[in-house]
Amino acid sequence: MEEVESKPVKRRTKDLNLWEKIYIPEIIKGLALTFRNIFRPKFTMEYPEVKFEPPASYRGRPVLVQEESGVERCVACGLCSRVCPALAIEVQAAETELEKERFPEKFEINMIRCIFCGFCEEVCPEEAIVMSKDYELAFFNREDALYGKDKLLVPASELEDRIKFLRQYK
Amino acid sequence: MPNIIIDAKTLEFKKGQTIIEAAQDNGIEIPHFCWHPKLSVSGNCRICLVEVEQMPKLVIACSTIASEGMVVHTKSEKVIAAQNAVMEFLLINHPLDCPICDEAGECKLQDYAYKYSLGESRFVEEKVQKDKRIKLGPNVMFDGERCISCSRCIRFCDEIAKDPELTFVQRGDHVTIRTYPGQEMDNPYSMNTIDICPVGALTSTDFRFKARVWDMSSNKSVCVGCSRGCNTDIWVRNNEILRQTTRYNEKVNSFWMCDHGRLETFKHVNAESRVHYPQIRKDGELVEVGWDEAFSEAVSHLKTFPKDQIAVVGSPFATCEDNFITAKFAKSVLSTGNLDFIRHTNPEFADDILRNEDVTPNTKGAVLSGLVPSQAGLDINGIIKAIKDQKIKALYLIEDDLVQCFPELESSIAKLELLIVHTSNYNSSTNYADIVFPASTYAEKHGTFLNGFGVLQRIRPAVATAELDRALDGMNMSRLDKFGTKFDSWAAGKKNEARPTWKILVSISKALGYKMKYNMAEEVFSDMASSIIELKGIDYDEISESGVQLKVEDNKTVNAG
Repeated sequence: MEEVESKPVKRRTKDLNLWEKIYIPEIIKGLALTFRNIFRPKFTMEYPEVKFEPPASYRGRPVLVQEESGVERCVACGLCSRVCPALAIEVQAAETELEKERFPEKFEINMIRCIFCGFCEEVCPEEAIVMSKDYELAFFNREDALYGKDKLLVPASELEDRIKFLRQYK
Repeated sequence: MPNIIIDAKTLEFKKGQTIIEAAQDNGIEIPHFCWHPKLSVSGNCRICLVEVEQMPKLVIACSTIASEGMVVHTKSEKVIAAQNAVMEFLLINHPLDCPICDEAGECKLQDYAYKYSLGESRFVEEKVQKDKRIKLGPNVMFDGERCISCSRCIRFCDEIAKDPELTFVQRGDHVTIRTYPGQEMDNPYSMNTIDICPVGALTSTDFRFKARVWDMSSNKSVCVGCSRGCNTDIWVRNNEILRQTTRYNEKVNSFWMCDHGRLETFKHVNAESRVHYPQIRKDGELVEVGWDEAFSEAVSHLKTFPKDQIAVVGSPFATCEDNFITAKFAKSVLSTGNLDFIRHTNPEFADDILRNEDVTPNTKGAVLSGLVPSQAGLDINGIIKAIKDQKIKALYLIEDDLVQCFPELESSIAKLELLIVHTSNYNSSTNYADIVFPASTYAEKHGTFLNGFGVLQRIRPAVATAELDRALDGMNMSRLDKFGTKFDSWAAGKKNEARPTWKILVSISKALGYKMKYNMAEEVFSDMASSIIELKGIDYDEISESGVQLKVEDNKTVNAG
């Protein structure tokens, strides 16, 4: 700041004309714009009282799809973990008696690392990890940013929108 | 030597070799699933088809004997078309379940699908359903759908393990593999079939689903299960050993190693029973202390004993470097000749394939490194007797469990005035120890082992400790190792406070006023090379990956097999 002040003030090449120097008309012009916009339809939302409902193409936080039986679709292949450019995903597989043979014993997304690129969703061979519409992510410490299976599992019925979108465009 | 022309290159080959062998010896890769250099030729996968001039049809390189002047094309249009056809054929009934298959990432079928296939299938019918998750034996799981019926596992059991247990059953596309009725695949070498299986049909029950291969790093090491010293790769993720696999070395173990070595020899590295910090006994309890405090405690006690009351017991589990410094420490620093080590043999363990009676990795190396009593000194039997007679009052025990080996000694050991133990894990001897130093395991240090046949081999660290940095100490690193931070649970695996035995002894010697100038295991070895005739002119670079055959006299403690 001091440096800027020490320099000599440059004159503007285009000075104000008399009309502008009077000042009041310009105020009125500005206010006219303000009043005109008061009666126009609003584009802003009064967040957080009013929440934004994103379209199906929106990439919110990645979630795991939970089947109706309560089991996750994920087979813990680790491809999402491998493709993740930010190394946000940790998967530990284990054996299950179910037909799919393996399931994620631990599935953790570090939401501090996640960059919402959607690669995990794109690479998933089982349509088991998808981008949700959830964008409200704020933490006070690192531990809260680790989303385990408890936070990641979302019933398939709540994700129909996104899954339909993926089948159409992926 | 006769000549063969492969892909317009004139190459020499040995008489009787097949085309695939002649090509491999000259660095030309011909794809193969069922062929294995150490197994008989089966010729059923057909991927090694090559074009030989003046032959009406393509021939399989694995069973066609090379002959003088033969002209072979491995990359001609006809061959490429045939390879693609074979790949398409093999993939017809393959489930393509790579995402849940442990072999993914090190799968021959996967690799060849990229290299030799156009990646298109015309097959629209239903794939054949076969039995999955069949436990062939205690260590091997079988998935019939993934199997490409190459018969490598069958031939391995017949020819190498000498225990025919597996066979094909059914015919045509329903063919699958089974053990003979009422039999289990439980030969001591069964897990080699997992390695040679070109697909994920055979997987390890121990390692199953534990990690993807690309998440682990591997470091070249040597198995410590017996004096064979099979060459191994130690696979680590998050500083934890997850599996140990065999590494080719014609001098020692060829392509094989036993299941015991694969499963049991690394478990203590991750075990709960690890000693994490130096400890001193205070009021009857072992208390964790810092290194410096433990050193000064050891020094103050060691000084009080006359040299004939002190004995040092080295270890055939420790490296040559460790034992060399142990010998130096005993003879030069403590000036005692009471120096030896405990022999561990188990005749039941031995067989005529790989396993040896001597169940330690470095008995010969311990002797070579000078772990022998001086002329007036006591050998191991003398030391044991002297402990019983309470003539030895201070014992320095390195990486071994005296109490477990000689349970009758327990009461006499309890009466020792000083027992200093170097150990990686708590054992029956640490119960009586006055000072315990946490020693690095074989997976946490550089060093050399001399196996029962006189092959000097290197071990390299695979697990990082507090004093060993993954990047600075030249260990291989996975992507997770490279980019993890201390905040990531997948990169914050526990680092042990252990140090190699030689390093601990150098510090104690220094505190006792005897300076040893070693900072690296390599420096210890170069000192050994200058003072031990058998090691003359050898350095770590020369030992390299496959070891050096030494001319060591056979001593009777080692069974040469």
